[in-house]
Amino acid sequence: MALLDVRDLSVVFKRKGTRPFTAVDGVSFSVEPGQTVGLVGESGSGKSVTSLAIMGLLPKRGAEISGSVTFEDTELLTLSDKQLRDRRGRDLGMVFQDPLSSLNPVITIGLQITEVLERHRGMSRKEARVEAAELLDRVGLPDPQRRIDEYPHQLSGGMRQRVLIAIALACRPKLLIADEPTTALDVTIQAQILSLLSELVSETDTALIMITHDLGVVAGLCDDVNVMYGGRIVEQAQRHDLFQRSRHPYTHGLLQSIPRLDAPRGEPLTPIRGSVSDNIEWEQGCAFAPRCPNATDVCWSEPPELKADDGRMLRCHNPVAIGDAVTEGAL
Amino acid sequence: MTDETATTTDVTGTETAATGATPEDGDVTGAQVAGAAGPDDGTSRSGDGAAGGDDVLVTVEGLEVHFPIKRGIVLERTVGYVYAVDGVDLTIRRGETYGLVGESGCGKTTLGRGLLRLVEPTGGRVVFDDIDVSTLKGERLRKSRRRMQMIFQDPLSSLDPRQSVESILIEGMRAHGLDSGKESTRARLVELLDSVGLPESALHKYPHEFSGGQRQRIGIARALAVEPDLIVADEPVSALDVSVQAQVLNLLEELQQRLGLTYLVIAHDLAVVRHISDRIGVMYLGSLVEEASSDEMYAEPMHPYTKALLSAVPVPDPTVEDEREQILLTGDLPSPANPPTGCRFHTRCPWKQETLCDTDRPQLRDVGGGHRVACHYAEDILAGRITSHEVEPELVHPDS
Repeated sequence: MALLDVRDLSVVFKRKGTRPFTAVDGVSFSVEPGQTVGLVGESGSGKSVTSLAIMGLLPKRGAEISGSVTFEDTELLTLSDKQLRDRRGRDLGMVFQDPLSSLNPVITIGLQITEVLERHRGMSRKEARVEAAELLDRVGLPDPQRRIDEYPHQLSGGMRQRVLIAIALACRPKLLIADEPTTALDVTIQAQILSLLSELVSETDTALIMITHDLGVVAGLCDDVNVMYGGRIVEQAQRHDLFQRSRHPYTHGLLQSIPRLDAPRGEPLTPIRGSVSDNIEWEQGCAFAPRCPNATDVCWSEPPELKADDGRMLRCHNPVAIGDAVTEGAL
Repeated sequence: MTDETATTTDVTGTETAATGATPEDGDVTGAQVAGAAGPDDGTSRSGDGAAGGDDVLVTVEGLEVHFPIKRGIVLERTVGYVYAVDGVDLTIRRGETYGLVGESGCGKTTLGRGLLRLVEPTGGRVVFDDIDVSTLKGERLRKSRRRMQMIFQDPLSSLDPRQSVESILIEGMRAHGLDSGKESTRARLVELLDSVGLPESALHKYPHEFSGGQRQRIGIARALAVEPDLIVADEPVSALDVSVQAQVLNLLEELQQRLGLTYLVIAHDLAVVRHISDRIGVMYLGSLVEEASSDEMYAEPMHPYTKALLSAVPVPDPTVEDEREQILLTGDLPSPANPPTGCRFHTRCPWKQETLCDTDRPQLRDVGGGHRVACHYAEDILAGRITSHEVEPELVHPDS
């Protein structure tokens, strides 16, 4: 039994006077306890909206959510605000990208942690303070006894992210969603935070959904990877399968286009031509068709389905042949 | 005519020649062009091929940029300095790409700006093509700017939203007298856009009508418009989506080959810098800690900070990732207003020794083959005579 099961999740944003915009379109995946699942995609691929929909953090008005999100036999999408608030923070934790704007600037970090502990674990203020200091210590904040009374602006970016992780983990959630947790940080700090996350996750058997645009982060951390494009999952595979032989031209193109530190230098990169603004609607065909080197007529007329293929799920009419590289290159 | 001008006329091609022939304003412009590029105004190279044996274009000597920290409202007094750039020596050869890496707050951007005198250095010298840029003033400084251009990180905020692409591109040309006659300018604009892969129709559009990658192309075209020798690119791709980054990187490389440009690329992404650069300098807290050719830096990093930095970069390959040995640094970058004594890195260094490290500031020294490193114990670490140890993280207050 999966811990979290997302079925056919769709999010449509509607606003008066504009055409409805489908940000997430029939996304399905599941997460087992202790498993780390990656959602990868570029800006506008719908990865963050997916996570916000799971957490029930999208605005009530203007966003139409359909499908189902089952967490331990409970349907999250139909819960009332109050019921959802009880789960959120206790069973479901979230870490956001920008730690400065997700922390309250006028409240000490200690209070921001004890608030969660008092609300969800029914601790007294005193107990909560002791626990908060322990949490800060566990996420690697130096001198937690003194830092507990400091304000977010007194901490560096990496330390703020540690505080956010401490808050998210305060109630020992079963599922943690991390939305680009290291994008705002420097690489050496990113390495600290990633190793902290994987350590905490394996120690406590917490499931983790990692949302990122960085394929390097995914390669080191995730068991299963979902690659999103234009609001839909286009390839879903175990990480070794995905990176060793990516089958979707988009995944393949991404891997070809990023400079790698361990690759021989001087080889030109093979970029994906065009940009996301060239996409066509999924109803007309494959959204990636205008940028795809493998596109044929069928890609422009028939939307591909997500099908099991080669030990993975794949949404493509003309996948990259096994052991073959995308031949046509840039622009 | 110097060979620089020769290469740049390749871009302008026949248009410049045509301008010279137009009677009404051709002479004036011709003179201005010559003035901007010729040896008589002193901003240009003093003589053909006189630029030294290694053909060095830029020499930076002991460059310092210290920002004063002021207190008080009426009676402002300086209570300290932020040592953003604190004694940097480097040379950039003609036609090469010099990559500058480091984490946020290490001073890499300030170094780039100080080099162009977009911020005023508080010490040291910048020699550009045998001219000491640090002493230039007024008109001569302005003219020298034609030859040193910049590409910024955020293409949207560095392009005026109320100017059309045409007017953005013409502005610099006009300022440097390269705007010569309606038709030739027009042809030049189209050619510029073409060289960065944009259609002619882009001329009458505004920055908001373009995607991020296209905007960065406009930024590149703007830099190219005045036919520079050196382009300082500050995080040229970090604001772009992954799939678009490669397009811009390839474009930069292609332009370099075609126009013989020299680049100083400033970035935090090591994979990007390694891909595009011939030589790399690593900065930490205002100074260079290591400099080597791109391949050597990756194959054999010698400074502990470079080692940690390289080992922290995630590689999109699970097999590599599973076996990757990471050197995790503890703690944060110390404040540049209150840098540690001795080696700036000793507070976080897993190889710190009892002597020298916290008392003597190591100078950048050549360890062979142009590989320079600022570490007292670089050879010992390389030979394995010193092993790494645990480091207790120190408290760092970002605003102290």
